[in-house]
Formats: sequence, structure tokens, C-alpha cells
Amino acid sequence: MHFVRFLASRLITYVLVIWIGVTIVFFVPRFLPSDPVEAMLGRVMSQGAYMQPEQVEAMRSTLTQAFGLEGTLFEQYLGFMQRIFLNGNFGPSLAMFPTPVNELIGRALPWTVGLLLNSTLIAWLVGNVVGLLVGYRPNRRLSKLLETIAIFVYPIPYYISALILIILFVHVTKIFPLSFNVRGAPGSFEWIGSAIYNSILPALSIVLVGFGWWVLSMKALSSGLKEEDFVYFAKLKGVSEGGIMRRYVLRNAMLPQITFLALQIGTIFNGALIAEILFGYPGLGTLTQTAVLQSDYNLLMGTITISIVAVATATLLVDILYPLFDPRVQHK
Amino acid sequence: MPKSNNRIRIGLFVLAVFLIIGGILPFFSPYDPRSWNVVPRNLQPSAEHLFGTNNLGQDTFWLLTAAVRNSLLIGLVVAAFATIIGVMAGLTAGFLGGIPDRVITLIMDVFIVVPSLPILILMASLLQGRASIWMICLVLILFNWPWPARQVRSIALSMREREFINTARFSGSSTFKIITREILPYLFAWALANFVNTVLVAIATESGLAVIGLSSAEQTTLGSMIYWALQHQALLGARWWWIGTPVVAIVFLFVGLFLVTTGVSELSAERRGQQYA
Repeated sequence: MHFVRFLASRLITYVLVIWIGVTIVFFVPRFLPSDPVEAMLGRVMSQGAYMQPEQVEAMRSTLTQAFGLEGTLFEQYLGFMQRIFLNGNFGPSLAMFPTPVNELIGRALPWTVGLLLNSTLIAWLVGNVVGLLVGYRPNRRLSKLLETIAIFVYPIPYYISALILIILFVHVTKIFPLSFNVRGAPGSFEWIGSAIYNSILPALSIVLVGFGWWVLSMKALSSGLKEEDFVYFAKLKGVSEGGIMRRYVLRNAMLPQITFLALQIGTIFNGALIAEILFGYPGLGTLTQTAVLQSDYNLLMGTITISIVAVATATLLVDILYPLFDPRVQHK
Repeated sequence: MPKSNNRIRIGLFVLAVFLIIGGILPFFSPYDPRSWNVVPRNLQPSAEHLFGTNNLGQDTFWLLTAAVRNSLLIGLVVAAFATIIGVMAGLTAGFLGGIPDRVITLIMDVFIVVPSLPILILMASLLQGRASIWMICLVLILFNWPWPARQVRSIALSMREREFINTARFSGSSTFKIITREILPYLFAWALANFVNTVLVAIATESGLAVIGLSSAEQTTLGSMIYWALQHQALLGARWWWIGTPVVAIVFLFVGLFLVTTGVSELSAERRGQQYA
């Protein structure tokens, strides 16, 4: 019963997050003094294609229809919601006509998910273990060094760590390639190898910054926890140092760290979007940039909407998984 | 105690340097740092051009002063409004409870999850560089008030039951007086830490938008300096001063802001600890 209520409240927030996010996405283009149809027409004409006035008019009405900009605001809103939630269809991409936007997103999304999932998990695990050690032995020289590194790394945004890595490892020492280039047939060993090789720097830029945050927050949590009575009791009982750290301090400090993770997903996603663009990594960020550069309205609406849905879904998953790690929360 | 004092000291020193760079130096710029070809191109750093000059004939040092000024301005405006709105919303939710609390909490949770950058990208790309800095600030405020609000709400919830609040209430103070006299001073150190942190977040987000060329095209910020350097192949041409200056400036600025944030919050936690121990 408890779990059902918990799940229901999470699901309501989830639906609201997506609904409000999508509503903002719907209203932004309509309240701005800009016209995606005129922007697209301007782009076509600037490429030198001469068109008769009738042709321009025909194209204008086609585009207005394709962008879902026909009818009253309310009709447009209903149509927009219907396209997203019922059909899950963002229409054709205009820059890469006639490839559907869904197909382009479907190709990019696994790259982004793979990058973020792996780098966030690595950062979380390594950062928490290091933070635990630093918090438990704050006066060791190594602890102080690690904490100082964390302080200097954490406040740096991903795109800056990405730029520094690009400067150091691509331009100064030419260890990594200039552009993202995956070779071989998808699924082959060569393909997997070169995909990993190309993803090391983008992943590292996210891991480094995340590492700093998890070290600092874990340090704060564990240095507080080790003063608790139950830790003192465990010491008197003769539990080994390692046992105290793992079973008494880590178990308790892990829980807020999972909550933090849920809160951070949006921020992590924001940063990774720009890091992707700098590396030319073929994920959602780079696809969004393509849409912006080509003024591909459908593609832009698609990638932005999917970004919001992806972040909301990831947050929901972490939230729902949380009780699994907390033995005090019982689901009956 | 001495540790957090040290952090604040180093942090404040770094921030003071940036305030001088961004707040005072721009007035002494010998020319509009944004205009092209006012100085010879691609010079190495010298006494005359501290950080060299770039491909466009701009002096990197004077460009930096303008960029720091605009970035700091964005950070301060967003942080001021986001903190004020956040504290008020959090206090309202925490003290009123009931339906207002539920509504505010729900809105906070929603805005914490919705990622701000995609929405900023959408807005900026539709405006094609005509987005003003103030519009970007507005969106940043919209997405940054829930963080302080969330925390203030939980502080308010715990304080509602505290002894000194009850004392004040029984001695006849109105709710408004209790909030302004008893609670705001208590929240001050915390709000200050949050304010500095929001400055950091706002500058980071705007610069991120600018790095991919989507911020205001009118004004130079730390991010747009990086954008122009990237656009003109400063990396391939190994013109490290051009791209390096804003990157190093951002690293120092953010570490300084972060040191102040953690220093202030640790200091206030230690003070509170002493007071109630």
C-alpha cells in the first residue's frame, strides 16, 4: 500500500514534469517575435533557389502545415500534444528530408544514453569511494590532496573540462583524434573498439567534474556519520575499521547520495549536451546543434522534447530505485 | 574553523580580482574591445598587449575585461532575483503548509527536473542571436529559484517547531514580524552561500549557451569569447592565448565562487553548532 502511494505520487510528478516541459516547448516559439516558416523560406531562398511568388506562397502554406502552425492557438496546442503523446511523431526532418525526425533521434539517443550512463556511474562509484576514504581519514596527506583536487575540479562546467581535455590531448599531444570517427560495421569488434576509443575524452570530461562533486558531498556526509553513536558502539563492539566504513558509514551515506543523483540528472544532461557538441559526439547534443544551424524546426522541437522526457524518465527511475537501497523503507 | 576561514579568504581574494577586472577596468579600455582591427593581429603577449591579440585584431586583455563584466552582471542579476524569489516561496510553503505548500512544492519539483538548457537553446535559436542578455537572465531566474526554495522550505518546516519561534509567538509577535526578525537573520548566512552558488550556475549556463554560439550576439561574455576563438580555429592555429584566456578565467572565477560558497556555509554551520551545542 505504501509503495503504491509512493509510486503514484512519483508518477504524477513525472507526468506533470513532461506536460509542463512540453507546454513550455510549445509556447516558446509562439510567443517569440520569430517565425520558423519565414526563417526556413529565407534559408531556402538564400541558397539561390529562385521561386515564383505562387511557389513561395505554396511552400509557405506547406511549411505552416508541416510545422503544425495552422489554426487557433488552442487547436495547435491540441494537435501538438496529440502528435507527441498519441502518435509520438515529430514529422519529417527538413534539413535531411525525407528522413523522419524520429529516426534521427532514434540513432542519436543510444549514444547519449550510453555516454551519460557510463560516465555518471563511474563518477558516482569512484567519487563515493574516494569521498568515503577522505571523510574517514581527513588528516592523511593523500586525503587532503584528493580533496583539493575535487575542490578545483567540481566547479568547472563540463564544456570547460571538455575544452581543456581537447587542448591537452587532441592539439598539444595528439593522442586522440580531431573528429569523432567510428570505423567498421556496426556491432563488429573494430566498431566497438573505435567507438570506445572516440568516447574516452567525452566521457572523461563528464567523469572528472562529477568525481569532484561526489567526493565533496560524500566527504561531508561520512565525516558527520563517523561521529554518530552507532559508529562508536560498533567500535566498542570490536568491528574492524573496514567493516565500520562499509557497513555503518557507507550504508547510511549512500542514501542521500542517491537522492542527490536524482536531483543532478538535469544538470548533468545540460552540461553533457554542450560537451557533445564540442567533441562532435553523435548524440542528442550534436543533433540539436544540427537542427539549430539548419533552422530545422521539426528536428529542433523533437530533440528538445526528447531531452525533457529523457531527463524526467531518468529522474523517475532513480527515484523508484531508491527504496531498494534503503532497508528502512518497506514495501508491503 | 580556520579551514573554512582560509577557503573564504582565498575565494574572496579571487573574486576581488575579478570584480576589479570586470567592474573597474572596462572603464579604462582605450577602445571598444569588441571592435575589430584596432590592434595588429595575432600578437604574442607583451607589455603592451598583456594577453596578446587575436585573429580579429582585438586585444585579448580588454576583451576579457568586457566579458568578465557582462558575465558577472548576468550572474549577480540572476542570483539576486532567484534567491529572493526562492526564499519567499520557500518560507510561504514552509509556514503556510497545506494546499499552498503542496502547490509550491510541486512547481519546485517540476522546475528542478525540467532541464533549462534545451529550452534556452530552443529560445535562442528561434531568435537567431537577437536574444538579449535580459531575456536569458529571465529564463535563468525561472529555472534557478526552486533550488533555494526547496531548501528554505525544509528549514522553515523544522524551524516552525523551534523554541525561539514559539517564544516570539507567545510574546505576541505577528507572523510577519517573526519571519523578518527571527527567521531571516537565521537564514542569512545560508542565503548568502546559495546566492554565490547561483551566481556560478547562472554564469556557467549562459557561458555554455554562448560557447555554442547561441547567446546574445551583441555582448561579449566569457562564453562568447570561447565561441569566437573556436570559430576562428584558435585551436588548430595553436593560438593558445586567445582560447586559453577565457578558459583559465572561467576556471579561476568558478573555483573562487565555489570556495566562498562552501566557506560561508561551513562557517555558518560551525557557528550554529556552537550556539546550540
